[in-house]
Parts: sequence; structure tokens; C-alpha cells
Amino acid sequence: MSKPIKIKRGLNIPLKGSAEKVLVRLDKAETYGVKPTDFPGLVPKLNVAVGDKVRAGSPLFHDKYRPNIVFSSPVSGEVVDVRRGERRVILEVVVKADSGEVAYEDFGSSSPQMLTRDEVVAKLLKAGAWPYIKQRPFGIIANPADSPKSIFISCFDTSPLAPDLDFAVQGEEESFQAGVDVLRKLTPGKVHLGLSADFPPAKAFANAKGVEQHYFTGPHPAGNVGVHIHHIDPINKGEVVWVVNPLDVIIIGRLFLKGIYDATRVIALAGSEVLKPRYYKLISGASIESIIKDNVNTQNQVRIISGNALTGTRVDKLGYLGYYDNMVTVIPEGNKYEFFGWIAPGVNKHSASSAFLSKLIPGKRFTLDTNMHGGHRAMVVTGQYEKVMPMDLYPMQLIKAILANDIDRMEQLGIYEVVEEDMALCEYVCPSKTEVQAILRKGIEIMIKELS
Amino acid sequence: MKALRNYLDKIKPHFQKGGRFEVFHSTFDAFETFLFVPNTVTTKGSHIRDSLDLKRTMSIVIIALMPAMLFGMWNVGYQHALSIGASWSFLETFWYGFLKVLPLIVVSYGVGLSIEFAFAQSRGHEVNEGFLVSGLLIPLIMPVDVPLWMLAIAVAFAVIIGKEVFGGTGYNVFNPALLARAFLFFAYPSHMSGDKVWIAGLTQGQGVVDGFSGATPLAKAAAYQIDQMPSVYDMFMGFIPGSVGETSTLAILIGAAILIITGIGSWKIMVSVFGGGLAAGLLFNAFAVNPYMEIPAWQHLIMGGFAFGAVFMATDPVSASQTEKGKWMYGFLVGFLALLVRVLNPAYPEGMMLAILLMNAFAPLIDYYVVEANIRRRMKRAKKVANV
Repeated sequence: MSKPIKIKRGLNIPLKGSAEKVLVRLDKAETYGVKPTDFPGLVPKLNVAVGDKVRAGSPLFHDKYRPNIVFSSPVSGEVVDVRRGERRVILEVVVKADSGEVAYEDFGSSSPQMLTRDEVVAKLLKAGAWPYIKQRPFGIIANPADSPKSIFISCFDTSPLAPDLDFAVQGEEESFQAGVDVLRKLTPGKVHLGLSADFPPAKAFANAKGVEQHYFTGPHPAGNVGVHIHHIDPINKGEVVWVVNPLDVIIIGRLFLKGIYDATRVIALAGSEVLKPRYYKLISGASIESIIKDNVNTQNQVRIISGNALTGTRVDKLGYLGYYDNMVTVIPEGNKYEFFGWIAPGVNKHSASSAFLSKLIPGKRFTLDTNMHGGHRAMVVTGQYEKVMPMDLYPMQLIKAILANDIDRMEQLGIYEVVEEDMALCEYVCPSKTEVQAILRKGIEIMIKELS
Repeated sequence: MKALRNYLDKIKPHFQKGGRFEVFHSTFDAFETFLFVPNTVTTKGSHIRDSLDLKRTMSIVIIALMPAMLFGMWNVGYQHALSIGASWSFLETFWYGFLKVLPLIVVSYGVGLSIEFAFAQSRGHEVNEGFLVSGLLIPLIMPVDVPLWMLAIAVAFAVIIGKEVFGGTGYNVFNPALLARAFLFFAYPSHMSGDKVWIAGLTQGQGVVDGFSGATPLAKAAAYQIDQMPSVYDMFMGFIPGSVGETSTLAILIGAAILIITGIGSWKIMVSVFGGGLAAGLLFNAFAVNPYMEIPAWQHLIMGGFAFGAVFMATDPVSASQTEKGKWMYGFLVGFLALLVRVLNPAYPEGMMLAILLMNAFAPLIDYYVVEANIRRRMKRAKKVANV
């Protein structure tokens, strides 16, 4: 093991309700959904209409501007609904699952080593597994025409209540290795695995061949792939790095081993409002209802989040698990007033600062709700963001450059190196309640437009 | 609590858009959020947020100012009693000072907050908590006998010219509290310096005991009357004439501890200001040509407004340097320049105010170079890759 890279700046948010290491195999949900909104910047075009029969791996919709990028149905069944939002934007394509076994499209099993790069790309595109590969900068679906300088897989998650990925990949060693072999075809550079130095990593990660393992230790965001890239092979202007979640690597591996698009994955259901937080094995895109069932506290109003509490997407009971998400978080809504809350000693309040009594209780876990804990203000306090940003860049200056719409400055200050999740903690700690992630996405969109 | 909440909910519609009292929307909002943390929930981005907001941040600064303020009140009474040769009990002493200082605080908050509320209303913003701190800082850096009308003008100047014209809290270039003091210092110098203004009643010609001088240690030092300076113990504890809240280094250090422990104030700035002052002091010691320059370097740190400025003024996050590396440089230069002005320029006995204001102007420049260095590192990295 090489010397671990120490991440010093950051913050672990100790939420209550982390998932117990019990794996529950979930029955097939009634409906599954694929959400174009999971892919920033995507303009979807439908391939199917309501009433069409599909198999697992049949395309549901594609990217209007890159039509070879398709998004597949995770199960076999019938398209029952296309939910639309304002201005008829497609929000969800809903598939009602057949009873019985899932019927798969057959893409043919093949060893990636025997294929050319073009054949590998074609297969990924055709099966709808391509969108699992994201690119940095910008955190959007990778462009098949690009040749990335390297590919990164972060094999541990440090976000609040995050699932233990070592637990989630157990028994998938073969598929993971196959997925890694596929990715090795895609880059002339290296495939890097980011591993936690604090726990012995799962066999799938530790024994993976043809990759370079790097060990990290420290608080969140030490597990963010953006942080790994920054420390190992930072992105300069014009360079492209691809990233894939380890659970998605497994799905890619299965496509080549078995020739099918099998989006089965292990996710965690966690949060203070979950009665029995644990792990579930299910098919990606499952309805939230099928996951939370009777396992959520009904006394309080709750917020269900597909993903973690810092970066996840708000969903309701009728919604669906996000495309990339490996957890569902349920926390209380915070829509109540608090009498003189700003001066209360705050034994139960979490803060990165030491302005609350809770700091004196080490190891305390918190029930955090969705309250803003204050009104929006101009940026006043400085140095707060830097404490939770383990990269050599100036987060507040970058945010200000975006607000000022200064493209040169954004580029100089390193907008290519960050996506929302890397700056989510800045948003968490901001005493002025600045919407850092939304601002950053706006900046990224400006850059994409500028460069196209 | 519940009844109060219900009452607020009942009258709230009148203050919202289309309501009868829409003009007072910001005012209502300020009072409502003072009583209750609002029920707004996160809509985008992170679903959970840190419990710390600006209200609490500012409240902690105010709490940190309490020791200096309370001691200041007592000291006003104590100095007055000395000047008239009376011996008062602790309570009498404190009560006298309390009655002297309270009007200053009331006027400062009254004038400042009225302007803040008016601007917030006209902009349609929520009222920013920034002035809660400035409003208390201003009386604490004034001579106790400053006429109230003068204070009112100074506060108005500081808030309007110092802050609102730039866009309000968070956008100002200079520290508003120091701007108020600087305004009076240059507009009404006779009321802001000399031997009489520092002690309540002296300017009205109230009886002075023989041999009593109301001069501050700085004035005595500047006049080379080193032997007449108060003892180190008195200066550290604060039993000396001076602006209301600045005399007791001990009380200020208690405030500093609160700011540093809670993480609200930048310890980097505080440490580097003291470091800068010490460096300048040692330099003077080494090349001393007059008695003032011979004063031990560390004594400068407990004289005049040095400690107060280091802990409460230089650390104002808006007007200070905004990068962490910049904070070291900024603080060091504040301390260094303060002593430079103090010792080498007899016209300005107190250098701290001018040093901080000057560095406020230069803080963006410091940040510029720090951020440029970061940009250059990024460019260099890109070039290295391009050359491979």
C-alpha cells in the first residue's frame, strides 16, 4: 500500500440513522422510472410511446444532440406514463414491470480484451450503459468521441450516511473486474481507483487488476472523485477525465460478461426517519415507494432524498431512485419556527463552527432537518468555505466570479476541477445561506455554452 | 410563545405584498426573524444546512464585546471619580459610567438601525445583522464625552457613505465603525483628542483635583513623559483614561478568547496584528533615538486602542483580507503601520484607526496577489503537461 494521501480540510456531518449492514433483497417494484432530469443539460427525445412493450435494455429516450447516447429501461414491461413538467419538459418515463423474470435484450457476451475500442464504445452506447460514464470538467455524460487522459473510480463514499461501498460490492468481484477491463479500453491513460486508507477495502477493489490504487484518509469530501482527481491527475484547460461510480462499473461489467443490461445494485436506505435503516438489493430506477414501504416514521413530515443529504434530489413517495444514486435518505422537514433559535445554546444543533454547545459532546450524532436555519444574506464571513474545500482553489472567489458572469475568471479559478458535490459542504457551512451548488451549476452551464 | 406566533401569523399578511403596511415589510421581517428562526426549508442544493447564521455570528461578536463594554462603563465612573477626588463604591462607579455610556449606545443604534431599515426597505432586502455589531463598536471607540449630536452625525456618515452607497453589509470597503471615528477625528478634532475628552465631565470644567491629568498613556508617551505613564498593571487591566471600551486589555482578551474558541473571529488576523506591532516595536527599540521609541515593544500592545483594534476591528471579515494567506499579511501590516503612525507621527497619537482603515483599502490588493498566485500555479501545471 502506498502512502495514503491525507485530506485535511473537510467536514463529516454525523447524521443519525446510518444503515445497518443487513442486505435485504427487494421484490420487484411495480413501476420503474428513468428521469432525464438526472442528467444535467440533457435534452431528451423519446424512443417509446405510452403502451409500448420494452425489455431491460430497450431504449426509452435518447439525447437530442448526441442521438447515439440512449437511456434504457432497467426492467421489462410496458411504458405506462411519460410525466411532464413545466413547458412539457419530460420528467420521468415510467415502465410497469412484468410479473415474473425480467426479460433482457441480448447484446451478446464478449470479452472487452478481444474488442476494439470502437466496438466497446458501440456496445456501451447501444445497451444504454454509456450514461454511467461521466466526464470532468462539468460532470455531464461523457462524449464518446473524446479520449480521456485517465479514468477515475472512487471506491468509498464519505458523504453523510453514505453506504459502505465495500459492503455493496460483495460478491461482484468478477463483474467489477470486467467493468474495469472495459474502462481500460477507453483511455490511453490509466484507470485510477481511490480507496479509503481507514478500512481494508473490499476484495473487488483491492484485487482489481490493471488499475492504479490510491489511498486517501480524512473527512468528507475525501471520498469525492473530484478530490482524487485534483490530487492525482488534476484537470487543466482542455483536458478531459472520465469518472464512473463503482456500482455502475459492475453494471458495465455485467453487460460484457452476460450480454445483458442488468441494472441491479445495492443501495442504502438511511436517515433519522427510517425505522430500520439497512441495505437493499434492487434494480436501479425502482419506485421510492417500493423501497421505503412501511419503513418510515409517519409521525413527522419527512423529506425523501434520492442520494445523500448534501447533493441528492428531492423525490416524493411516487418518485423513483435516481440513475446514479446509491442511497435514499429520509430526514424530517424543518418547516417550523423556532423561538429565539439563533441564540439558543444548541445542544442538538450541528455546526462546522464551535458556536453551539453541541461541540462539547464528542461523537454525538444529529437529527438534522431541512430548515435553512436563517435568512439569505450577502456574503459576509470569509474563510468558511476554505475550511471544507480540500483543493487548491478559492471557492468564494470562484462563486463570486460566476455571479459576476466573468468567464475568464471562472476558468482561471478552476471551474474545470469542481462539480456541485465538491462544493456542497461550502453550501452547508455558509452562514449567509448562499445557494452554492445552484450557482456553480449555472457557472458550468455558462462554460459549456462558451466552449461549444 | 405559541400565542406570540399566532399573533405574528395573524398580522403578517398586512406586511406582505399588497398589505396595508407593505412599506414596513423589512421592519416586520427583522423583528419576526429576531423572535423566531423562520420556517423556510431548503429547496435546492444541500438539503441540510449548518445551524450557524449571520444572526448568531453577530450575536457572538456582541457577547465577546460585553466584557470590554461593562469594564468600560465602570472605568468611566472610576476615572471621573479620580478626577474629582471622590471615592465611590463599586456600584456608584458603575452606575455613573452606565448612565454616561448608555446614551451613546442608544443614539448609535437608533440612528444606525433607522438608516439600515430604511435602506433594506427601499431595496426590498431583509435587514442585515451587520450593524448590530457596528452599532456597539462605535460607542466603545468614542471618548465618553463626545456630544450626542456629533455621534449621530458620525453614525449616519458611516452607515450611508461607508456602507449603503456600496450596497450594504458585505460590500463595504472600510470598517464602518472606524469610519465613524475617523469622521469625527477629522471633522471635530477638538472633541476627539487632547487631555480632557477622555474623562467624563472634564470638558464641562468639572472640578479637577490638583495634579490630575486626563491624558492617555499614548499622549504622555508622545510627549516623552515616559515616567508619568501608568504602570503596566494599570494599562493591562485598563484603569487608564481612553475611549470607552478600549482601555482594558484583559477584557478585550476575554472577548478574543470567545471569538477564537467559537471560530467566529479570525485568530490569524489577531495573532498577526500583535506580531506586526511587536515587530515594529522591536525595530524602534533597536534604533531608538527618543524616549517613545525606547518603550518596550510589548508595552505598545496594551496601550491605546491597539488590542481593541486587533481583536474587534481588524477582524471585520468584510473589510479585512478575504483569503487565508492574505489575512496574515493584512494583520501584520495593520500592527506594523499602527506603531509606525503612533510613534513617528506626533499629530496622530492613535495609529490603530488609521492603520486599519489604510489596510482596509489595501486588503483587496493583497487578496488579488494571493489569488493570482493560485491562478499562476494552475497555469504552470497546465503548461507542464502541455510540454510533456
